[in-house]
Amino acid sequence: MLHHGKKTAKLSRTATHRNAMLSNMAASLFLHSKMTTTTPKAKALRPYVDRLITKAKDGTLHSKRLVASYMPHKVALKKLFEEIAPKMGERTSGYSRVIKAGMRRGDNAEVSVIELLLDKPVETVEKKEGKGKATKEKGDAPAKTSAPKKAKSAKAGASKPKAKAAKTAKAGK
Amino acid sequence: MPLPKRRHSKQRGRKRRTHYKATIPALTECGNCGEAKMLHHICPSCGFYRGEQILEGKEA
Repeated sequence: MLHHGKKTAKLSRTATHRNAMLSNMAASLFLHSKMTTTTPKAKALRPYVDRLITKAKDGTLHSKRLVASYMPHKVALKKLFEEIAPKMGERTSGYSRVIKAGMRRGDNAEVSVIELLLDKPVETVEKKEGKGKATKEKGDAPAKTSAPKKAKSAKAGASKPKAKAAKTAKAGK
Repeated sequence: MPLPKRRHSKQRGRKRRTHYKATIPALTECGNCGEAKMLHHICPSCGFYRGEQILEGKEA
């Protein structure tokens, strides 16, 4: 079996062990909002935490029960629903981030800091030209489809004369 | 039990191991304090990453 398309890291644990660990780690992260752990664990925790926050933003009893089934820690659950989820209003995803923080003494394992992006400004990445910019105006929607075509045709137009020029240059020699 | 037919000389082993080399880590200067730091890592001396204080530094 190849490892293609398998997104979840196994972390050398059985499924139950892994789920229990992620649940504990998620609770710790919600309580402290920042923690240091090995890079693979941090990267496995990031999507887990993000899904819990997305569910918690609903704030309904059902969402609370759903989240509790993944993270039964009562104190963390309360903090998630009452303090963390309301602060994440602007974000639609990416509530946490992982930054590498060097090697651990003892086993030389790479450690990372994982933190909740509570009071951080939401960064928006401007897409490169030709692919259509992500702007607020709705009028841009048709431009998105037309822009790449134009770019392609422009490229095609530019490449042809070059090819001709190359041919003439060769012929000249 | 299979056994080696010939003595394995010191030279032979050492020649093979000439390719065991430690690699030099890629380092850059920290944008905040100027100390050497690993790429895509929090600076170990000042605790900054991309202009933001993430951890407490050694001298902070």
